Amino acid sequence: MTQMETQPAAIAPGRVEPHPVIEMRDITIAFGGVRALDGVGLRLFPGEVHALMGENGAGKSTLIKALTGVYSIDSGSILIDGEEHTFSTPAAAQGAGISTVYQEVNLVPNLTVAENMLLGREPRKLGRIDVRAMNRRAQETLDRLGLDISPTSVLGEHPIAVQQLVAIARAVDVEARVLILDEPTSSLDADEVEKLFEVMRSLRDHGVAIVFVSHFLDQIYEISDRMTILRNGTLVGERMVAETTQLELVKLMIGRELEVLERIDREVAATEAIKSGQPVMKALGLSRKGALQAVDLELYEGEVIGLAGLLGSGRTELARLLFGADTADAGELQVGSKTRRLRSPRHAIDRRIAFSSENRRSEGVIEDLTVADNMLLALQASRGWLRPIPRAERSRLVSKYIETLDIRPANPQALMRNLSGGNQQKVLLARWLITQPRILILDEPTRGIDIGAKAQIQQVVADLARDGMSVVFISSELEEVLRLSDRLVVMRDRRKIDERPNQDVSVSDVLEIIAGSARAEEATRA
Amino acid sequence: MTATTATPGDLSVWDRVRGYSPSSRHLPVLATLALFVGMFGAGGIRYEGFADPQVVLTLFVDNAFLIVLAVGMTFVILTGGIDLSVGSVVALSTMIAASTLEAGWPPAAAMAAVLLAGTALGTLMGLVIHYFDIQPFIATLAGMFLARGLCYLISVDSIPIRDDTFFAIAAHQFTLPGGYFITPTVLVALAAVALAAYVLHRTRFGRTVYAIGGSESSAMLMGLRVARTKVGVYAISGFCAALAGLLFSLYTLSGYSLHALGMELDAIAAVVIGGTLLTGGRGLVVGSMLGVLVLGTIQTFISFDGTLSSWWTKIVIGSLVLVFVVIQRVMTRRQP
Amino acid sequence: MRKVLAHQLVWPTTALAVLLLVNVIATPTFFDIRMQDGHLYGSLIDILRNGAPVLLVALGMTLVIATRGIDLSVGAVAAISGAVACVYIAGSPEQGAASTAIVACSIALAVCVGLGLWNGFLVSVLGIQPIIATLVLMTAGRGLAMLVTDGQITTVNNDAFKRIGAGFVLTVPLSIVIALGVFCLAALVTRRTALGMLIESVGINPEASRLAGVRSRTIIWTVYVFGAFCAGVAGLMIASNTSAADANSAGLWIELDAILAVVIGGTSLAGGRFSLSGMLVGALFITTLATTIPTIGIPAETNYLFKAVVVIVVCLIQSPKARAALWVRRTAPLAGRATA
Repeated sequence: MTQMETQPAAIAPGRVEPHPVIEMRDITIAFGGVRALDGVGLRLFPGEVHALMGENGAGKSTLIKALTGVYSIDSGSILIDGEEHTFSTPAAAQGAGISTVYQEVNLVPNLTVAENMLLGREPRKLGRIDVRAMNRRAQETLDRLGLDISPTSVLGEHPIAVQQLVAIARAVDVEARVLILDEPTSSLDADEVEKLFEVMRSLRDHGVAIVFVSHFLDQIYEISDRMTILRNGTLVGERMVAETTQLELVKLMIGRELEVLERIDREVAATEAIKSGQPVMKALGLSRKGALQAVDLELYEGEVIGLAGLLGSGRTELARLLFGADTADAGELQVGSKTRRLRSPRHAIDRRIAFSSENRRSEGVIEDLTVADNMLLALQASRGWLRPIPRAERSRLVSKYIETLDIRPANPQALMRNLSGGNQQKVLLARWLITQPRILILDEPTRGIDIGAKAQIQQVVADLARDGMSVVFISSELEEVLRLSDRLVVMRDRRKIDERPNQDVSVSDVLEIIAGSARAEEATRA
Repeated sequence: MTATTATPGDLSVWDRVRGYSPSSRHLPVLATLALFVGMFGAGGIRYEGFADPQVVLTLFVDNAFLIVLAVGMTFVILTGGIDLSVGSVVALSTMIAASTLEAGWPPAAAMAAVLLAGTALGTLMGLVIHYFDIQPFIATLAGMFLARGLCYLISVDSIPIRDDTFFAIAAHQFTLPGGYFITPTVLVALAAVALAAYVLHRTRFGRTVYAIGGSESSAMLMGLRVARTKVGVYAISGFCAALAGLLFSLYTLSGYSLHALGMELDAIAAVVIGGTLLTGGRGLVVGSMLGVLVLGTIQTFISFDGTLSSWWTKIVIGSLVLVFVVIQRVMTRRQP
Repeated sequence: MRKVLAHQLVWPTTALAVLLLVNVIATPTFFDIRMQDGHLYGSLIDILRNGAPVLLVALGMTLVIATRGIDLSVGAVAAISGAVACVYIAGSPEQGAASTAIVACSIALAVCVGLGLWNGFLVSVLGIQPIIATLVLMTAGRGLAMLVTDGQITTVNNDAFKRIGAGFVLTVPLSIVIALGVFCLAALVTRRTALGMLIESVGINPEASRLAGVRSRTIIWTVYVFGAFCAGVAGLMIASNTSAADANSAGLWIELDAILAVVIGGTSLAGGRFSLSGMLVGALFITTLATTIPTIGIPAETNYLFKAVVVIVVCLIQSPKARAALWVRRTAPLAGRATA
């Protein structure tokens, strides 16, 4: 197992700066008895881009929030310029020159771009805000970053990507010594990412220390100098980017767990069946304005379709249209032999379609209800409130799925909020399996859950497909998609760009498809 | 418009005009203004003497306290909160004023006591709301009960105000050219509106109010002083309610526990009709003033008509609130 | 599970017991119930009878609050209900007939159901915040009630109608029987069918419920209609008690008492899990409080002061943040035991 290097990994060549601007030592944070961080450290030097790596749930966000004063630490110390410091509020951290841009845009949509950039530090004249000076200063900053955004426009009227850039402009304006970018690129397109990187490089060259969190490995390798790798709340290592191959990095991030997953791999491959006959679901030109351009899709019995693509590629949007969670503007959807318009999830459920959302907490679990109620919710909803499920039937179904899915604690009366993420996900899976769907749409069913549960869920999906269920499977982890699916659909820029049987396709092939399409697009544009 | 040859200078002016009036920001207030003018026009055509400027001035005179109340409520609603206690605080203020004056306090001390009590109560509610994370609705409901209860503790019966200073202020009129007049209370109300508009748009506190209404968690992460601001708006609302109570006691020259029953609803209705979004973050204090004037115009309408019964006031107010809320809903839904 | 139950009901029940104890100390005959002309009389019976309208309104309010809503219009709806019934009876050729009373009540309740449909429409279809949607009817409703009664206090003379609020059945006041009847019906329907679970699920997480196929719209609509229906029955009781419809003061502030009863009973205003039995205790607590204050020689008007204290205490007990701040030291060993 990799140990944390005792010796600091050499500082980027050409920069002689022996003192870290920030050093976090032995940070431990527990939430309700569960350790989110366990003795983690982080060192940050001026003039470097430092990637913070780890899978979902590794503790990256927690570490950042500990640094910026959102969470208080249970033990450990934070040194700023060699002196111990703890921030109790984000404002205090900002005051010390630590600015953060989060993945979700944390600005206020109802104010103008300039106000958002300068809220809390507006230029004042005799105590009153000098609006002209404020707009001028915002314009200057935007110009410096090469962003063509009107400072007097209302923020909420811009698309999310622009809002994200405004958030970065805000952070830049603070004259920050440390800039933390927590997955800022997830909603940006290639040009916007390039623009962001330019900004980051220029800041780095001015001595700013940048913490960069991203799930896109290519971006990490393009921009970062050093990285710290976390796994399950513990520190795995600190590395120079140039001296670490992508494969090594992935192994560090996933670690031993890779072997567990490989075992399922073989079993799934062995159960691949031949699909034939009529499709159980067929989409023709399905589209929704601002979310998805016309997509054709056929799904056969007992087949797993993997939807690959980056976040925001249209994969979730497609899944939602297939389930009627959003309504399509145009196009047809055939379920069985009939053309249907799915106006609501209810319609879809009546056609025996099931959908598990990527947002487990906000769109999945009912936290204050019991495990049993959560499991039976969809079935009960489709029966209507007047026909409760008989008591015996309830306990039979609940104990059956607690057992088959190995849900812990195995107590049907436990409140959902007290379950771990993996177990919550299994309960949600059970909720849909109880309705005996013919089509199961799973959007990121394994995100942010522990490796054991992940393997179990993958196994269940494989078994279900073997028994004839049709599955649409979405995951950010391409390996997982490739492992499970029979057919691969690749999405990009809210379009379907490729579809092929999953035979001898590798992760890099998929990445190439996504990237290749980008190149092709540039060619046509030129 | 089409006739003018567009020089670059013209363009930029035109651009600025367009940039200055994003529909989502000012349209509701313009709609309220149009409603007010329209109602007045209709009244002027229908009833003799309605179009007299003094009728408008009387609207201000009769509703000065409500304008002040609505100003305070605007602050609270802009942060996405609500203050149900203001009606009771008005009643409590009249009681404190009347009883302290009866006890022989000098008028200035009585006024100071009133303003202090209102602000203290508002601050207390703000602290409870922010630090104990209790919904504004329920915390100010407690404040509402508390203020009414304190009224009864002071006295169950109505206390008349016989102080000379209060009499003098109440009776004083400023004569305007043309024989029109206003009262000192109107000046207080207008000053409150102007001051509130200044604070909301030209101070960091004011911008933080809007930011909290837009997204409280963002405001927190942006390092704004959320706690201070949230407590502050309830303190301001309490202060405004106390000030409104003083104006009200000048208007009625008495203190009574049953004064201002349900006045919080009028204040909320005025703010909504004034175009402020109830979820917070959007609205202008001038709009709230126009909202009060619209409410006052309805009453003037009914008193001029003579055949309409007083309960139509409530029905019309309810309907107007409905119309504005539905329009707001449709507009916010269209936002990306 | 036992811990949760204990937590929800222990506090309000203890408070109620303390209040009753205070009463017994002040008036030793407080618990006495005597039989007179075949009817039961006594302080406890009075409390139950006075509490019947609040209990009914709070019943509807509990379900509305459980869906993350609130209904401010119930007081106005109660006034409209009484006004419609009384105006119909007063205008009928056979003012005293029992059939007139039945028709009058049916019309009044039908009107209330209509008003509930209106509230439900604003909340579930137009998606307006409940507090504002019902504020519309709260403001306009009293005006409508006055429109119905033409601004007069309409008195009626109908024995059958009078019985709703002042009559007895099998020695027990009819209003108590009606209130408890509706209560039991609601308890049965919510807990024996899946309605309760679906209401809670919509209240805890509306979007997740929608994606699970729950007909949130229908459920929200149902609770507002039920809330208005309960308010209508309460309005009939209030009007029947005095044989008159007073559009101005009938049911004034009853919505606040009802909300208070719900909150005391342990249902969070943020929606979700609700407790009907807790609400029952809460409603009894409020009416007992109103009786206790004059009994122990404090002016009845200071009732408000006590209510304010109750609201604050209840909120502080329910607020996790406040609990953490106030009791962190004292309950430190307790907390350790709870997590174990």
